[in-house]
Amino acid sequence: MGQLTTGERGFAAAILIALMVVGVAMAAAGRFDPIGIHGAIVLVYCGALFCYILTSAFDEEPDASRFSSYYDDPIKVGVAFTLAWAVFGMFIGVWAAAQLAWPSLNFDTAWSSFGRIRPAHTTGVIFGFGGNALIATSFHVVQRTSRARLADQLSPWFVIFGFNLFCLIAVSGYFMGVTQSKEYAEAEWYADLWLVIVWIAYFALFVRTLARRKEPHIYVANWYYLAFIIVVAILHIVNNLAVPVSFGHAKSYTVWSGVQDAMVQWWYGHNAVAFFLTSGFLGMLYYYLPIRAERPIFSYRLSILSFWGITFFYMWAGSHHLHYTALPIWVQNLGMTFSVMLLVPSWASAGNALLTLNGAWHRVRDDATLRFIMMAAFFYGLSTFEGSFMAIRPVNSLSHYTDWTVGHVHAGALGWVAMITFGAFYTLVPSIWKRERMYSAALVEVHFWLALAGTLIYVFAMWNSGIIQGLMWRTYSADNTLVYSFVDSLLAMYPYYIARAFGGLLFLLGAIVASFNIWMTVRTAPAAGAVHDAPLTSGILENAPAE
Amino acid sequence: MSERLHGRLERTAVGFMLAIVVAGSVGGLVEIAPLFTIHETVEDAPDMRVYTPLEAAGRNIYVREGCYACHSQMIRTLRDEVERYGPYSLAVESKYDHPMLWGSKRTGPDLARIGGKYSDLWHVAHLINPREVVPESNMPSYQWLATTPLDLGDLRDQLAALRSVGVPYTDDMVANASADAFGQANPDSEQSSGVTERYGQDTQVSAFDGVKTSVTEMDAMVAYLQVLGRLTKAAYQNTAAPEQMPNPNN
Repeated sequence: MGQLTTGERGFAAAILIALMVVGVAMAAAGRFDPIGIHGAIVLVYCGALFCYILTSAFDEEPDASRFSSYYDDPIKVGVAFTLAWAVFGMFIGVWAAAQLAWPSLNFDTAWSSFGRIRPAHTTGVIFGFGGNALIATSFHVVQRTSRARLADQLSPWFVIFGFNLFCLIAVSGYFMGVTQSKEYAEAEWYADLWLVIVWIAYFALFVRTLARRKEPHIYVANWYYLAFIIVVAILHIVNNLAVPVSFGHAKSYTVWSGVQDAMVQWWYGHNAVAFFLTSGFLGMLYYYLPIRAERPIFSYRLSILSFWGITFFYMWAGSHHLHYTALPIWVQNLGMTFSVMLLVPSWASAGNALLTLNGAWHRVRDDATLRFIMMAAFFYGLSTFEGSFMAIRPVNSLSHYTDWTVGHVHAGALGWVAMITFGAFYTLVPSIWKRERMYSAALVEVHFWLALAGTLIYVFAMWNSGIIQGLMWRTYSADNTLVYSFVDSLLAMYPYYIARAFGGLLFLLGAIVASFNIWMTVRTAPAAGAVHDAPLTSGILENAPAE
Repeated sequence: MSERLHGRLERTAVGFMLAIVVAGSVGGLVEIAPLFTIHETVEDAPDMRVYTPLEAAGRNIYVREGCYACHSQMIRTLRDEVERYGPYSLAVESKYDHPMLWGSKRTGPDLARIGGKYSDLWHVAHLINPREVVPESNMPSYQWLATTPLDLGDLRDQLAALRSVGVPYTDDMVANASADAFGQANPDSEQSSGVTERYGQDTQVSAFDGVKTSVTEMDAMVAYLQVLGRLTKAAYQNTAAPEQMPNPNN
């Protein structure tokens, strides 16, 4: 934060004081409710940041030379948050998986029971790990591809710390039983409101930085980041419209009910997958893949086709989560149709990525980082095919409600989202910390094989268990009666639940190895030689905010 | 040609943003908006009643504990589901559900029609230790529900909030929320008659957790589980379990 001016530090202090007042108000109004504990958390979180700002209250003004370099300090903090959430979220995931195999592992306490830690896992990895990775890399990518410094210095910090406050409130709430029970949107009304404010700041910062670009064209990676930011805002606001019981209650009731709520929820849920876990990470792919492979993207035309195809088609696909339910059949059929069509832009993206590697396959063999990116594109192609397949009604009649869905999600989450993130981070970290290379290439290699083995074990276990489950539920005897009770199908799951927990554990170990390697890179890796990595400065100083 | 057009679009951030908003809005508008206007989306069921305050409190506990992560409440229009769980679910049955709890995963069985299938006593024993009654179960124990008193004072605010999002609670129901919750779990109390008066003769009034003197979260939870699938008889009237395999295209 050394580059903040006195004015910016003052403004930051003012924001934090305002938030501390909000925290006190929440603690007072909700003293008989979990929202009071969240008030205390807001107070402590903002108080700690406030104290940190105070320690630099009398620092000198930064000099103007900062405008001739990129603003990477917030990215470094974002990288740290990403890794912390990765380890936390994946640990909770392994624990939850183990509870399904050995139910006594929740130690019979309320906060650690499966229903409460499951959203802590999903929010921890999707928002904590994925969200921080997207924010951090978007700050890196938008500056380099626009050859312009971030539009201002305070809002990146607001976005990073504000977003992590949201994650903290959300996840700590689940342990206390504060949840809307809306899948992937479990956080309650006040956390949701706060995320809207943070997201508007993020949007404004991103667009203002784009507006300063020194390149005539907006690069394709930024299309995806932009779609991610805009559409996630729309989805989040519509799905989370709710009326709180009172300002002293954490509990709220969503304005939607029944079948309409189901449709809104899965329009949100499926497009959280689309625009959070796909569009944003495709943005990552389109920058770090060509950089790492030292090859230009194979086809500009395919990029355009896949971008608009994904942006348009995905929004129709959510109803495939509701096949054979009380949702009207015409909506189910629309969802199925668009889900199948979605394969075209999805495979256009995956193909574009893999074809970019033509001429660089020897690098894939030698460089585990590039192999992470290649594997990610491969799993992206695999899970989008699987997704379109599972959206077909007769297939869905078997797969829905089973572990197959869980396996599908993890093929995407582990194989695609996490692998592209680690590939991007192993490229990003030496670059922004100005290191010659990662601390240990061997540890990157170890991480790659842990991640791949973990993903495959996980996904194969869930494919097997899901299909067995689905078949057992619909097996009829010769005299036309159901053969298996529900408990029979549960008993058949136990070996797969153990295998799944083991696969997840391998993946978690990989994330720990990555965190250690990145930590040591920052601490001890040799400094890089002179690399030109700076914005085009002409005109920048005139646009700089008044000091 | 189209590349040149796109070349122009990607030179303007505002134009590009607007294009994303337009492209991204169509699907949701076409699929969601008509669900509010097409009348057949939700069936008519004149006998459909709202949750009693005790059942609503139980539902909030179900939400709090994240039961939806392992239990669905949506029986699909498939033969094996109808034969295993009962008539397939109708939209009207979750009309007053804020949020709906259809779920997406069955680590445990569907609960849409669990009401009345087991005794109160079975549910209490099962929630205290699932493996006591189903040895193979991997469900967590919820033994603390039996010892945690239900917050009765809060229920008035809860019902008022539900009314503000569209659940047709009357002033009378909201005003008597605490008394009705107490009465439903205490059959011998004077408050119990008000429950059947306001919510109908079929409303189950009993000491759900087996203890008559206090109202615990266990009472609320079991009351909720026992009413699942029993708010209306519409599903039984409109749809007998089908005799043959339903058309897979339907």
